[in-house]
Amino acid sequence: MLAELLQFLFSGITVGAIYALVGLGFAIIYNASHVINFAQGEFVMLGGMGTVFFIGLGLPMPIAILLAIVLTVIVGLGLEKFAVEPARDAPIVTLIIITIGASIFFRGAAQVVWDRNIHSVPAFSGNDPIMIGGASILPQSLWIIGSTVVIVVALHLFFNRTMMGKAIIATSHNPLAAKLMGINTRIVLLLSFGLSALLGASAGILIAPISLTYTGVGIMLGLKGFCAAVLGGLGKPMGAIAGGLIVGISEVMTAGYISSAYKDAVAFIIILAVLFLMPNGLFGGRGTERV
Amino acid sequence: MNALAKPETGGILALAIIIAILPFLLPNSYYLDVANRVGINAIVCVGLNLLIGYAGQISLGHAGFFALGAYFSGILVSNHGWPPLVAMLTGALFVGLLSYVIARPIMKLRGHYLAMGTLGMGIVISIVLNQEGELTGGPDGMSVDGFSAFGWEPGNEQVWYWMIGGLLLVAVWLALNLINSPVGRALRSVHGSEVAASVAGVDVAHYKVLIFVVSAVFASIAGSLFAHSSGFLTPSEGDFFHSIELVTMVVLGGMASVFGAVVGAALLTTLPQLLTVFHDYEMLVFGAALIITLIFMRRGLVPTLLSAFKRRKK
Repeated sequence: MLAELLQFLFSGITVGAIYALVGLGFAIIYNASHVINFAQGEFVMLGGMGTVFFIGLGLPMPIAILLAIVLTVIVGLGLEKFAVEPARDAPIVTLIIITIGASIFFRGAAQVVWDRNIHSVPAFSGNDPIMIGGASILPQSLWIIGSTVVIVVALHLFFNRTMMGKAIIATSHNPLAAKLMGINTRIVLLLSFGLSALLGASAGILIAPISLTYTGVGIMLGLKGFCAAVLGGLGKPMGAIAGGLIVGISEVMTAGYISSAYKDAVAFIIILAVLFLMPNGLFGGRGTERV
Repeated sequence: MNALAKPETGGILALAIIIAILPFLLPNSYYLDVANRVGINAIVCVGLNLLIGYAGQISLGHAGFFALGAYFSGILVSNHGWPPLVAMLTGALFVGLLSYVIARPIMKLRGHYLAMGTLGMGIVISIVLNQEGELTGGPDGMSVDGFSAFGWEPGNEQVWYWMIGGLLLVAVWLALNLINSPVGRALRSVHGSEVAASVAGVDVAHYKVLIFVVSAVFASIAGSLFAHSSGFLTPSEGDFFHSIELVTMVVLGGMASVFGAVVGAALLTTLPQLLTVFHDYEMLVFGAALIITLIFMRRGLVPTLLSAFKRRKK
C-alpha cells in the first residue's frame, strides 16, 4: 500500500521534472519577450532525435548528447533570428502563430531528414532498478531528478549572480528602461531562445531512454510543459518547477488509482480548475493592464 | 458605385458570384467535396474571426466545439433516430450553454491565460471523444446518416455545395451586421484596450462572453453540417492540430476581416490537397509558408493586399 504510493510518487516526480524543464523554457522566453513559444516541444523532440542520430553515426553517447544539445540550441537561435526577430513588433497572436508555424516546420524537417519511426535510446547507466522502501526506481529516473536539480540551481545562479542573467531579468521587467541602461535587449532575446532550447533538449534527452523518441514526441510534452508554466504563473521560473511537479505527480496518481484512460487529460483539467479559481496561476501576482 | 465598394454589398455580391460560378469550373465531384470542406471551414472561421480579429481574444480550442456539434448530430441521428435538424439545433444549444459556462470565468482572464483555458478545454473534449468508445466509436470513428429536413434530403455533393454555399453567405452577412452594430463597436473598443473600454461604459466581460458563445455556435453548426455531408467522423476533428488550423486560417487570411477568414479557409483547406504531390515535404512547406506569410504580411493576406490596392489607386 505504502510501497505502491511511493512507487507512484517516484514516477510522478520523474515525469514532473521533465515537465518542469519544458515549463522553464516557456517561462524564460515569455519573460524576455512575452511570446509563448509553441515550438518548445520541438526542442524536446530535437534533443531526443538528435541523440539517436549522432549515436547512429557511431559516436560515443556523451558526445552524441552534447552534439544534440548544440544542434537544438542552434535551431533555437535560428528560430529567434529568422522568425521571431523580423516580426518583433507584430501583435502577440501573430507571434504565437509564427512559433506554431515553426513547430510544424521543425517536425516536418525532422521527418524528412530523419524518419517517422520510434527509436529507443540506451539508459545512461543501466536498467537495474534500485529498491527503496519496497518501491523500485530506475537509475534513469535518478539521472532525470539529479540533472533537473543541477540545471535549476545553475539557472538560479545565472539569473542572480551574473551580469547577463540580471540583464535578462531587467529586460523582462521593462524592455525600454533596460535598453536605456545600456542592455542590448536583442542579445537578451536571442540568449533566452538559446537557453530555452538548451532546457528543452536536455528534457528530451533525459526522458528518451524511458519514453522512447519519435518526431511527434514534442507535441504532448510541450503542451503539458505549457500547463506547468501557466499553473505556476507565467514567467515565474520557480512556479514553473512547482507546476511541473504538480502536473507530473497528479497525472501518475490518476493513472494509478483512478483510470489510465484519462491520464493525458489530468494536466488540462487541473489547469482549467486553477484558472477558474485563481486566474493568475498558483503563484502569479495580480495583473494590471497599461492603457 | 460607392455601395459596391462596401463589404456589406460589394463583398457579399462578389462572394455570391464566386460561389455561383465555381462548380462549373471544377472538373469532378472530388473537387466539389474539397469545396464543401472549404465552405464548412469558412463558416467556422467567420465566427472565430469575430472572437480573434474583432474582440482580440484567442481561442485554441475551437475544434472542440466543431467536434461537439458534429458528434451531437452523429450520435443523436444515427444511434437514436432524431430528426437531423433537431439534432443540429440541440447540439448548437448545448455548445452555446457549454461555451457560456466556460466563458464566464475564462473571459475574466487576459491574453495567454485565455489561450491556455481554451486549449485545455479543447484537449479535454478531444480526449473524451477518444475514450468514450461506446458512444463515439473511439479512435476508429463513427459513420453518420445523411441529412434530411421536412422530407427533403441533399442527395449528392452538388446539392450539399449549394446548401453550404448559401449558409456561408448567411454567416458572412450575420457577421458583417454584427460588426457594424453597437455590439461590433463595443468589441473593437475591447480589442483596443479593456480598461479604456470599461471606462467608456462598455461591459467588457459581457461582450467577450457574448462573442465567444456566438463563435462557438458557428463552429457547432458547421460541425453538424460536416458530420452529415462527409458521413464519417473521427475524434481528430476535435484535436489540438485542428484548432490550430482554424486559428491559422483566420490569422493568415486576415484578422478583423470577414472575407479574410473566408480566403484563409479556402487557402489552407486546398493547400494540403495540392501538397500531396510533395507528400513527404507537406509539413515542411506548410510550416514555412505560414512563417513567411506572417513575417511579410502581418495583418494577413486580405487586409495587406486591400491596402496595397488602395494605395495604388491613389
